[in-house]
Amino acid sequence: MKVTLFVPCFVDQLFPHAAVSMVEVIERLGHTVDYPEEQTCCGQPPFNSGYWDQARAVAERTLRVFRDAEVVVAGSGSCGTMFKVFYPELFHHTPFEAEAKALAAKTYEFSEFLVKKLGVTDVGARFDGRVTFHDGCHALRELKLKEEPRQLLRAVRGLDLVEMKEAETCCGFGGTFAVKFPQISTAMDEVKCHSIVETGADVVVSNDSSCLMQITGYLNRHGQAVRGMHLAEILASR
Amino acid sequence: MSTAASTFQHDATAAAADRPRRDFIRFALSGYFAKRRVTQDAYGDWQAARQAAAEIKFEAVNHLDTYLEEFTRNAEARGTKVFWASNSAQARDYILNLCREKEIRSIVKSKTMTSEEIHLNDALEHAGYGVVESDLGELIVQLRKEAPYHFVFPCMHLKRDEISATFEEKLGSAPTDDPEELTMIARRHLRQEFCRADLGISGANFLIAETGTLSITENEGNARLTAALPRIHVALVGIEKVLPKLADLALLLPMLGTAGAAQLLTAYNSLYGGPRQPGEVDGPEEFHIVLLDNHRTRLLADPEQRDSLHCIRCGACLNVCPIFKNVGGHTYGTTYQGPIGSVITPHLRGLQDWKHLSNASSLCGACTETCPVKIDLHHHLLQNRRNAVAQKPVGWEKALYRGFVFLMNRPGLYRLSGKFSPLGLRLQAVVQGTVLDPLRAWTKTRDLPPAPPKTFKQLWAERRAGGPR
Repeated sequence: MKVTLFVPCFVDQLFPHAAVSMVEVIERLGHTVDYPEEQTCCGQPPFNSGYWDQARAVAERTLRVFRDAEVVVAGSGSCGTMFKVFYPELFHHTPFEAEAKALAAKTYEFSEFLVKKLGVTDVGARFDGRVTFHDGCHALRELKLKEEPRQLLRAVRGLDLVEMKEAETCCGFGGTFAVKFPQISTAMDEVKCHSIVETGADVVVSNDSSCLMQITGYLNRHGQAVRGMHLAEILASR
Repeated sequence: MSTAASTFQHDATAAAADRPRRDFIRFALSGYFAKRRVTQDAYGDWQAARQAAAEIKFEAVNHLDTYLEEFTRNAEARGTKVFWASNSAQARDYILNLCREKEIRSIVKSKTMTSEEIHLNDALEHAGYGVVESDLGELIVQLRKEAPYHFVFPCMHLKRDEISATFEEKLGSAPTDDPEELTMIARRHLRQEFCRADLGISGANFLIAETGTLSITENEGNARLTAALPRIHVALVGIEKVLPKLADLALLLPMLGTAGAAQLLTAYNSLYGGPRQPGEVDGPEEFHIVLLDNHRTRLLADPEQRDSLHCIRCGACLNVCPIFKNVGGHTYGTTYQGPIGSVITPHLRGLQDWKHLSNASSLCGACTETCPVKIDLHHHLLQNRRNAVAQKPVGWEKALYRGFVFLMNRPGLYRLSGKFSPLGLRLQAVVQGTVLDPLRAWTKTRDLPPAPPKTFKQLWAERRAGGPR
């Protein structure tokens, strides 16, 4: 299968290793990866801020970039939600509605792609350590992915998966929310990081780099040794 | 920034810094979560129950005119006086006139958020009428001259010693740490008020169109006394509370109990059919119902957000909301706190003045997931943001997003910016947290990740060219 990778802008710029790991895992499973180099951002920042005209201006071009893809794998639950849930809404009653729905139908979040589309839970990974998984809200509630990332983690050799308290509670990132209301965002971060540290895990894993940025940003500031890793980075480890 | 928005920012900062209070709120709600899992499991299929409840409310809200008229006809047939109030002033005036005409001297009230919404207590007190809240939580916040913290649990933020101190100061009771004794202090105080009152004011959880009856759910029995003892009763009810059939309560009463307080069924569920009928021995001589619109019809006119009129005011969305748990109820500055309040307040009180509540959300969706009547709460927050921008864009934000579109629609330029972003991050690291830091709002409390040497685009281009990975 030819898999077209969608690497969200902040993953491209801040967490390229997560995307490199996705390529490794998908290729290891015998599939080819295509990366349309003209892709930029899905338009979520203006969309979430209420600037839907500006979001559409970016999203229209993104629709064209992925038009010919067979299957799109999104490297973030949040940006994958943009394709799968919000593009159809953004282009509702516009000439692009059909195209937006077509992209939504062929897009998968990374863990969703492995488990639901490929039917794979064991990707042959090995990772020695105690790991806790943080559910990104978009992947969890918009895409209804709860078990998929955990199934993948449980199949990793050497990995000890421990659940944190309130794994489903938001880390407080929320895009521009974290900047517009930093005091609330930080309080949420504090609660989340407390749950993480309490598990005694070495690594906190998520399928969203934005959550990881929020979480590790707080952990590092407070001198905590827990590292953050994208699910793909764990699955690429051998 | 408007006054409500700057007050919100200020109060949110204070609340977020109060770690003991935040921990207490989380602790207070932990019992709810543990119990709710058990009561919710009793449904067998909670999702099917939610769907059925949402369908009942959808039917009611989408034929609101028909059901309200049916309710009014049936209520009036038993001697109830029904008044349709378009706004809060009309509702207040009706009740004030009633007080004057009937020479009311003393008023007891059971819990009604609609009365908070129209600031009824202030109006009554201003006109010289004393009002006593008979719900324990409401009484406590009334004595403290505070607004309810949570529209179901008005004093959930208060610890026992604070309640004891309030009673000591206002009611002259001896200090105690015993919850039962605290309740007894309130009970002794309230019994006198119930006996003295000649007007009882309540809200209602549901209005039944089919029978013209009013359904009130409570745990303390105070609403029953409020409706039964005084010679006149007034119920102030939002128009969205109407249900088509009496049988609809078979689902909605237990759901309200479960979602609201993790109970299988609330302790007292009473139906009120109007004033004392000939041959009956008790009940009020007069029964009035004030049906309150107060801009609910604005929500009705909005097909996208009409489902927010499904709300049965269970408060479950507050209990699960990480924003609510960290800023607390008073920070909202609204009658209805939490996600539902953030959704509807802009419709009830003005979008531009209250849009900040829709922005103050990480859009995590926990509210939508828990809502027993399936209101699409967090998506409505997104719609409020969109509507606020369409009505009046913020200058700097619009300029920012225009720049964003310019950059993101030019892949070459974007690629170039990516080459400089590691450098930008390194420069940022030097000024991190200082006033020169453009990302200060973020980096004041959190560290940015270290700059990667290359972007994914660069790595991919190298791989394509057969170079190092």
